[in-house]
Amino acid sequence: MVLKAFFPTCCVPVDSGLLVGRWVPEHSSAVVLAVLHFPFIPIQVKQLLAQVRQASQVGVAVLGTWCHCRQEPEESLGRFLEGLGAVFPHEPWLQLCRERGGTFWSCEVTHRQAPAAPSAPGEDQVMLIFYDQRQVLLSQLHPPTVLPDRQAGATPASTGGLAVVFDTVARSEVLFRSDRFDEGPVRLSHWQSEGVEASILVELARRASGPVCLLLASLLSLVSAVGACRVFRLWPLSFLGSKLSTCEQLRHRLEHLTLIFSTRKAENSAQLMRKANTVASVLLDVALGLTLLSWLHGRSRIGHLADALVPVADHVAEELQHLLQWLMGAPAGLKMNRALDQVLGRFFLYHIHLWISYIHLMSPFVEHIRLYCLKIHGLSSLWRLFRGKKWNVLRQRVDSCSYDLDQLFIGTLLFTILLFLLPTTALYYLVFTLLRLLVVAVQGLIHLLVDLINSLPLYSLGLRLCRPYRLAAGVKFRVLQNEAGRPLRLLMQINPLPYSRVMHTYRLPSCGWHPKDSWGALCRKLFFGELIYPWRQRGDKQD
Amino acid sequence: MEDERSFSDICGGRLALQRRYYSPSCREFCLSCPRLSLRSLTAVTCTVWLAAYGLFTLCENSMILSAAIFITLLGLLGYLHFVKIDQETLLIIDSLGIQMTSSYASGKESTTFIEMGKVKDIVINEAIYMKVIYYLCILLKDPVEPHRISQVVPVFQPQVTPEVMGDREDRQQVFGVPYEQAKTQAR
Repeated sequence: MVLKAFFPTCCVPVDSGLLVGRWVPEHSSAVVLAVLHFPFIPIQVKQLLAQVRQASQVGVAVLGTWCHCRQEPEESLGRFLEGLGAVFPHEPWLQLCRERGGTFWSCEVTHRQAPAAPSAPGEDQVMLIFYDQRQVLLSQLHPPTVLPDRQAGATPASTGGLAVVFDTVARSEVLFRSDRFDEGPVRLSHWQSEGVEASILVELARRASGPVCLLLASLLSLVSAVGACRVFRLWPLSFLGSKLSTCEQLRHRLEHLTLIFSTRKAENSAQLMRKANTVASVLLDVALGLTLLSWLHGRSRIGHLADALVPVADHVAEELQHLLQWLMGAPAGLKMNRALDQVLGRFFLYHIHLWISYIHLMSPFVEHIRLYCLKIHGLSSLWRLFRGKKWNVLRQRVDSCSYDLDQLFIGTLLFTILLFLLPTTALYYLVFTLLRLLVVAVQGLIHLLVDLINSLPLYSLGLRLCRPYRLAAGVKFRVLQNEAGRPLRLLMQINPLPYSRVMHTYRLPSCGWHPKDSWGALCRKLFFGELIYPWRQRGDKQD
Repeated sequence: MEDERSFSDICGGRLALQRRYYSPSCREFCLSCPRLSLRSLTAVTCTVWLAAYGLFTLCENSMILSAAIFITLLGLLGYLHFVKIDQETLLIIDSLGIQMTSSYASGKESTTFIEMGKVKDIVINEAIYMKVIYYLCILLKDPVEPHRISQVVPVFQPQVTPEVMGDREDRQQVFGVPYEQAKTQAR
């Protein structure tokens, strides 16, 4: 296998030294984590590496030498570098060399032991892969690969080589604590040497968050204890609580706040993202609420809205009356049964008159839907009688049955009457169901909007927009300028997660506002005249 | 080392396949697709605007004309950004993996990298699209059961699949290496 050397881009301009990193034999890759500069004392270097190995459970070792000099290295330097191989025995020993100001690199691999089988020509090629250490340190691969064996050096061969690289860099934070500018026994160069500054405000906020979380968590537990007391479980308060969407939303937000201010630290990154998304969602909620409130109160818009509502209700009632007058005449040229038409029309006109007085929206339509439902059931059973069959309740099927003559006579008569009255009722039913569907659709849209705002993972989306390397779907490679005879050089970059997958992975759990029935069941219910309440929450009782 | 050959795609447009050889362990295949033709663009724009003008004469509402302009612009931008592929590249790096890049006409690049450990095999598959076409695809291993195949990834998009006629050897020679050697190199 080709030997892959992962080299951090921050170490490209640094002075000569030793390469410190981890060797993964299963994938034949050397992950270089830092460069250790001259002068050093070998004993101190070995002590430092042993400490890092202990603390981070990563098998760091000296992998080879790094030479960055003005022109071709002199003989003495070459021999000195080779001699270092005896001080820090490592198999294989890498020797990377770069000319100052030049673009091409040279790389030699020395195997101490003779290879067991004669290798094919070109077997011992080296590939240099440059990676941005800070980005790889902070990024997180999706889907997260769990590396089961955390012991120093042991990695199962089935896990991808790249996941191992990411894992190695992420776990080697201990190595990155000391820098070449620190006054220590060893001088290391890594991503910290680039001088990226942290923000003091972030650090202060981090220190202050502990006691603040403790205080708020105790307050919230008090509030939930009050809310869970027996008084709220009795009717009518429980009925009110389940009907009002404000109470639902409050309960939902209380759960969120308890999650945010819990004093337990997030165990893995998924929980951390969840917490962060919840914070962003709560803040968005508060911000939207305050904006809406300020907009409504500015220039007394509430008064204007209230004034506009009553004429709108009157207008709707007038339109409905016109609709009923139209149905009572000859709607769309259809000939209706005059008597039934008049009865139904007057019945609904009276209801609308009541509605104008009492603003009650649903009941006239519901009564009529029940009427239609009864009619359909009556028709179906009389149709069975017409054919000489009946419904066997015990066996839940249709059986043949011999009826008496007078039973047959009355049944046939009733069947004929109902059948010829069907178009009239069906037309009324159609009109009112369409109106009711419109209202239900509007309600459903509002619920969907609320659900969307509640479950949008704002923090993750913001992170994907501003720091795309944090959420990685994978990596991508670019071949850098190469020359025949020199090792191949590749640049490894983070491939960010697409927005659809960010939404899918980090969606907050919604509060259950989605339709229970599928489209087919809905159509079936509509045809048979059953009542539909598609936006009921799970656990609500049926009407 | 570079090498170029011409093909035609399944709809008849001209394609150019470039093969680059960076090192013994790294090869790149670059497929350039036919550009957006001015003729089809003009035809579509004229149709949309004539239809909008017809509606305008019926309805006497000038919003229709503005809407037609917006729709044409947005449609063109959407087509260039999401549909029209300029170039597809396949980079094979020995013992690391296979990378497929699609660059769209608007400059967007979408890259997928498949690690060598996940690749079960590279095969030439047949599909029926009004006639039989052959396309290269990568079989991926199932993470749970290593003997099963979890996914079949076609190497080039259907719009730019080169039409390779001829017998089996010809088809295998499209990518420069015979089928058996492609398997060994990918290991």
